[in-house]
Amino acid sequence: MTSKNYQDKAKTAATKKAAFGDDINLEEYLAATEELPYQDDPSQLPAPTREQMRQVGVIVDDASQRSGTIIQMDHSVIHSLARQEGVEVMATGQALARYDWLSDYFWQAVAVDSDKYTAHVELHQANGYFIRALPGAKTVYPIQACLYLARNKLAQNVHNIVIAEENSELHIITGCAASINEPGLHLGVSEFYVKKGAKITFTMIHSWTPDVSVRPRSGIVVEEDGLFLGNYVLMKPVKSLQMYPTARCVGENATVRFNSILVTPPGSAMDIGSRVLLDARGTRTEVISRAITTGGNIVARGYIEGSAPEVKGHLECRGLILQGEGTIHAIPELKGDLAGIDLSHEAAVGKIAEEEVEYLMARGLTRTEATAAIVRGFLRVDIEGLPPELSAELQKAVEASEQDIM
Amino acid sequence: MLEIKGLDVAVEKRQILHDVNLTIREGETHVLFGPNGAGKTTLLMAIMGFPKYVVTRGSVVFNGQDITGLPVDERARLGIGMSFQRPPVVRGVTTRDIMNVCLYGHDGETASQLAEKANLTDFLDRDINYGFSGGELKRSELMQLLAQRPNLALLDEPESGVDLVNIALIGQLINELLDKECPMRERKCMGLIITHSGHILDYVNARTGYVLYDGRIGCEGDPHEMLATIKEKGYQECIRCIAGISYDFEELSRQS
Repeated sequence: MTSKNYQDKAKTAATKKAAFGDDINLEEYLAATEELPYQDDPSQLPAPTREQMRQVGVIVDDASQRSGTIIQMDHSVIHSLARQEGVEVMATGQALARYDWLSDYFWQAVAVDSDKYTAHVELHQANGYFIRALPGAKTVYPIQACLYLARNKLAQNVHNIVIAEENSELHIITGCAASINEPGLHLGVSEFYVKKGAKITFTMIHSWTPDVSVRPRSGIVVEEDGLFLGNYVLMKPVKSLQMYPTARCVGENATVRFNSILVTPPGSAMDIGSRVLLDARGTRTEVISRAITTGGNIVARGYIEGSAPEVKGHLECRGLILQGEGTIHAIPELKGDLAGIDLSHEAAVGKIAEEEVEYLMARGLTRTEATAAIVRGFLRVDIEGLPPELSAELQKAVEASEQDIM
Repeated sequence: MLEIKGLDVAVEKRQILHDVNLTIREGETHVLFGPNGAGKTTLLMAIMGFPKYVVTRGSVVFNGQDITGLPVDERARLGIGMSFQRPPVVRGVTTRDIMNVCLYGHDGETASQLAEKANLTDFLDRDINYGFSGGELKRSELMQLLAQRPNLALLDEPESGVDLVNIALIGQLINELLDKECPMRERKCMGLIITHSGHILDYVNARTGYVLYDGRIGCEGDPHEMLATIKEKGYQECIRCIAGISYDFEELSRQS
């Protein structure tokens, strides 16, 4: 399909409401904004900006522990650098100019006419990141990507393409943050292609502001023996965030794991899920979400569909209501249309068990300490296969918000 | 010293314990017998201070301090520790996490050394009590108490569900907890143990036993003799005996 075809298709979906989440009036937001200057040295960014980036796992002061960095502020990629042989990190626009074949990867994992938000991204093409590992290349340190919303009332458009070529390994940490104190909107399309025998671990940490709405649209295609590990952390206020990334295991023995850690304060609404389609023999998945409300509303979805022999999937949705008027609505769904598939789920929503608090108190912890230990434990998700650096970043993000929770 | 004076305890507004009196001096271990539902666990829970167990009358005095109104954690910090009959699973909190809490402020053996002693090395980094067998639960509870080093150990059926191979290990752990090897005058730790089988009597120096029946302490005496009677004649005999005693008292008071 040519880019004109995509534009035409997008136009037909320009007003199409999304299946889930509040409908956002796109006309209330700016579609364009001024170009921002390129920064050769991102450690020269203002200190508060760097601190915000640090909180979402993006370190610009000393990038020696990163295999590459890309930063998009509003619609401008203000810095991009690959620090390792065999790894490419650049703005999507720049990558399209370099590689003719890249357009073949656009809108393959996410349909351009999914809803008005995907259509908006196509019709108001901005940037995004292109990250690729060449065949056999393996990142030593994670690559960091930052999407930063600095302009009030902007609808930030982002279209990311991530490709792990055959037998390569990519570890990516993406931090999304906003500095605005007025409404803003982040529309992020991300398409991941995990080729034969390749592996992507993708850890995304969000830290928005209370008037920002967010509509990520992600699709993942995993080929034979490929592995995609997606981790998502959102522990700061957001006005409304809805996403339902979909991974398709199209090659035999492909594996997908999703872990989500969500904390919803009063005034925030989150509708977050993960969907996995097991389309090839022997594919497997595990989808785990942990949701805590301290007053906001969470819909935690999960969907696994098995349509090939010997597939296996497990869904786990656990919710904890800490205080206030918050709600957690867990919706785990399984669909199978073949004998011999193995799909299961468990879901639980409740408050902290008094019996557990008292048990820890009998060992000498105060009530507050015992509650904190249980909350910390609830959010402690053992993520198999996550490199230690990412695991540490994830743990830091969780610990940083513990005080807010308590 | 633990002094329980005229204790009435209610659970969810239902009176469970009536006028319980007992005194445990430094270094002594006492044993509680009684049929199911007699109120044995209630007594331990009330001494530990769990809010569900409401003291409606009487007092609990520990080392001279009235602790009747103190919360659980403050009692733990004063030196009261409990091994639970059915401890809850706390997901995400590992055995090592809890051991570190118990070891806080104590010198001596580390979590790993104690785990080796309790044959629980492989359990340190597992979620506490998650998927533990009956015996593993009991050993884990005692291991935590060894780390906590309480001055008063409340043990709720420490040997139930434990196979005969493991009972000796449980016995050793309790031994160490209650300073059994120390001469009596040097022994500091006090113990109050609920037991059904009495196996544990082989491992502790217990000279005082009680039969709790229907929320009351029916009799007090040598625990070994009590156990022999219970084994031979069952609690029915105790009940008859206790009822007989109270009948005799009534008769006596009428006669006088």
